[in-house]
Amino acid sequence: MLTVKNLTKIYDGNVLALDDVSFHAKEGEFLAIIGLSGSGKSTLLRCINRLIEPTSGQIIWNNRDITAAPPEELRVIRRKIGMVFQHFNLVHRSSVLTNVLSGRLGYINPAMSLLNRFPKEDINKAIKQLDRVGIADKAHQRADELSGGQQQRVGVARALMQDPEIILADEPVASLDPVLAHSIMRYLELINTEDGVTVLCSLHFLDLVHRYAHRVVALNEGKLCFDGLPEEIDDEMFKAIYGQEAERVG
Amino acid sequence: MKKPSNFWRSITLGLAVLAGLIVYAYGFQVTKVSLEETQSPRRQTQLVRIIRAIARPDILEYEKQEFEVNAPIYVPCPSGELNLPQQDQSGPYMVITPACADPQAEINVEGFNFEPDTQGPIFFIPPSDVRLQMGDIQTDSSGHFNVTVKLPKRPSDELQHVRVITRRNIGAPHFTQTAKDTWDKIIETVFLALLATTLGTALAIPVSFFAARNLMKDVRSPLTGISLSILAWPIGILAGVEVAHLMTNFSHMLTDSVALNVGGMFAGLLVAWFPARWAMPQAETSHPSTPIRLARVLALLVAAFSTILFLILLSNLIVSFGGFLADHLSIFGFVGTFIGNLGEILDLIIVLIAAAAGGGVLSNLAGRVGQFLTLRISGSTNRIIGVVLSGLAGATLLAIVGAAIKWLYQINNPVRTLWIPAGVGAAIGVILSSRAKEADTLPIGLSIYYVVRTILNSLRSIEPLIMVIVFAVWVGIGPFAGVLALSLHTIAALAKLYSEQVESILSGPLEAITATGATRLQTIVYAVIPQIVPPYISFTMYRWDINVRMSTIIGFAGGGGIGFLLQQNINLLNYRAASAQMVAIAIVVASMDYLSSKMRERIV
Repeated sequence: MLTVKNLTKIYDGNVLALDDVSFHAKEGEFLAIIGLSGSGKSTLLRCINRLIEPTSGQIIWNNRDITAAPPEELRVIRRKIGMVFQHFNLVHRSSVLTNVLSGRLGYINPAMSLLNRFPKEDINKAIKQLDRVGIADKAHQRADELSGGQQQRVGVARALMQDPEIILADEPVASLDPVLAHSIMRYLELINTEDGVTVLCSLHFLDLVHRYAHRVVALNEGKLCFDGLPEEIDDEMFKAIYGQEAERVG
Repeated sequence: MKKPSNFWRSITLGLAVLAGLIVYAYGFQVTKVSLEETQSPRRQTQLVRIIRAIARPDILEYEKQEFEVNAPIYVPCPSGELNLPQQDQSGPYMVITPACADPQAEINVEGFNFEPDTQGPIFFIPPSDVRLQMGDIQTDSSGHFNVTVKLPKRPSDELQHVRVITRRNIGAPHFTQTAKDTWDKIIETVFLALLATTLGTALAIPVSFFAARNLMKDVRSPLTGISLSILAWPIGILAGVEVAHLMTNFSHMLTDSVALNVGGMFAGLLVAWFPARWAMPQAETSHPSTPIRLARVLALLVAAFSTILFLILLSNLIVSFGGFLADHLSIFGFVGTFIGNLGEILDLIIVLIAAAAGGGVLSNLAGRVGQFLTLRISGSTNRIIGVVLSGLAGATLLAIVGAAIKWLYQINNPVRTLWIPAGVGAAIGVILSSRAKEADTLPIGLSIYYVVRTILNSLRSIEPLIMVIVFAVWVGIGPFAGVLALSLHTIAALAKLYSEQVESILSGPLEAITATGATRLQTIVYAVIPQIVPPYISFTMYRWDINVRMSTIIGFAGGGGIGFLLQQNINLLNYRAASAQMVAIAIVVASMDYLSSKMRERIV
């Protein structure tokens, strides 16, 4: 169970990105985070694994205060939180296999990993994860030779290598066409249902929210403006989230 | 806005033109532009002479053979009948008209069957057989010449001669001594550049990470941690040096025989390997307990000790192997000397490695203890510990600075070089820590970044031509001084270029690797290095290019290489030799340019 309490982030130059956000995510839940661009979705997700230091507030996960964890403990926490990014964030010049294996970095001995040595079982596991997302044959290609959809599958496989309990997905399908978007979302759904991994996923399109999410939180200019089931977003709520000018399509 | 009137615009334009005029007039005066000098006939002849000398680089020469042709003459005409010996007309010969003349009379000399298109002096040879030059001859394409010369004042009753000497090239051309010297020196130059680039690159790579803002800006630590790290550095360095000495002494027992040496090496390796493997398991899913962590630290210590012993024995073995090769390889003995040198270098840097490792490890540990203290102990105890530690750290830091000042300016006054700095440092530390909030972290990474940047910038602004003067004092005039100077400049210049590459990498992969729970070092290896390989290679090539060009002139300031020879020849006004060296430089620079661009294409 992940609890976010009064989370506030003020960037340098007094930009308020998150304003007193509180919610919680149950174990095994698929939680969608929606909102306009710049509403604070990415900041919120990055505060959870402290890629961005929150200004104030608390994030409690399994009775551990992530916000107060010292560097060593933070690493141990991070390795249980997988992350999937909008722009995939693969290392282009490395092979697909190395990219996937880098998901194990939090577990393996730093000294050996510096020499690019991974345990045998990790390599087998990486191949298995690649097989699961359907691109095991690409393992030895360079990551930038893959198409966008394939790159995002590598991203998912990398997150899976961490044996995560939570996956943070930061607009994982915003750079993909609708067909690919659904295939990536299905992988996330599969991970959520089969492995029981909690998924926090920021999304743009409401139809994806309705199709995949158990629950929705919405941000507007850094404030939490909705926390409920996808079906509860009516026209009025929609305008509150996306602004008065927004029109509901489809 | 109102448009300014035409009048004002003309005035401004006029003033601008006037200002330009004054600027350039002053420029002419300061740089002493002199049209008279360029037109002075004396200077022009000198210029022509130098240009012609440069156009004929002293590279090839022929073996020369002298030919002399004599023709008899009476000066003055004898009283009796003129009786000249018959000349052989099968080879070159000369006809003098008239066949006898008074001293200082003009005679006409015509030559036949000479080498075509050659030149040479024409002499008058009195019976004493001295050569009195009367002029020069130049044959045409059929080997014929016709010249009018004035006889010297050498009257004699005996038969005298007119002699023409021509020179002929024989055989194939061969290299001059200058060309051979130039070859030696250009080889020296290329290797000077190679060594400087290699050494500079090796050191610039690690430095560049400390000079990259995006890597350093997130490194923050609480004040207690920083204080403990500062305190631990000197202690760790001393401990490292001490361990290295201890191991060196211990190794003396083993270095008497090769068998013992090799055996000791293997034992050291084994004792280093297994504890290290045990203490650093491949993967770890749960947090180890405190006794196990302590045991691991101990095991790592043992491993570190025996690693040092292994390195010492290894360097010793390399030195003796190199010596053996140098004695037995005859002309390739320099390879043995090189291997021996490598061993000695290893021996020298073991102490440095031990010191750096000791300092680094201890300060890292201390930093963690500091963080632990900040988190676990709260309230006034923590506050007191923080104040005391930062006071101590400040005192230590400034005391070290004081010691440096004492050494540099030879001030022998402990109050001024030890107590005052230590007191000031302690005060600063105490003030800092009492003002800081409990969990505040300080941007230690950015501080290191600024310090490294400042050092790099100031080093970079000193030209290698100036650095080499200092190094020539230290290691003597010669190519080694040049290598050191160029290396130092290469470190500064490359580290800056490299760090800018690190700063411009995509932040996404960095973020993604950090999110997996990787350590900072792992993040660098997996997210940063793959991205910077191509620009690093291309910058290294570029620097190699620069170093080759630089090493051609570093000899001007005592750095060895071809510049030394070039400067010498210019000073001796030996322009043909200087020209040979300039040709060599041009060839090397052009071919390096071509080679490096080809390699860049291939690799990047």
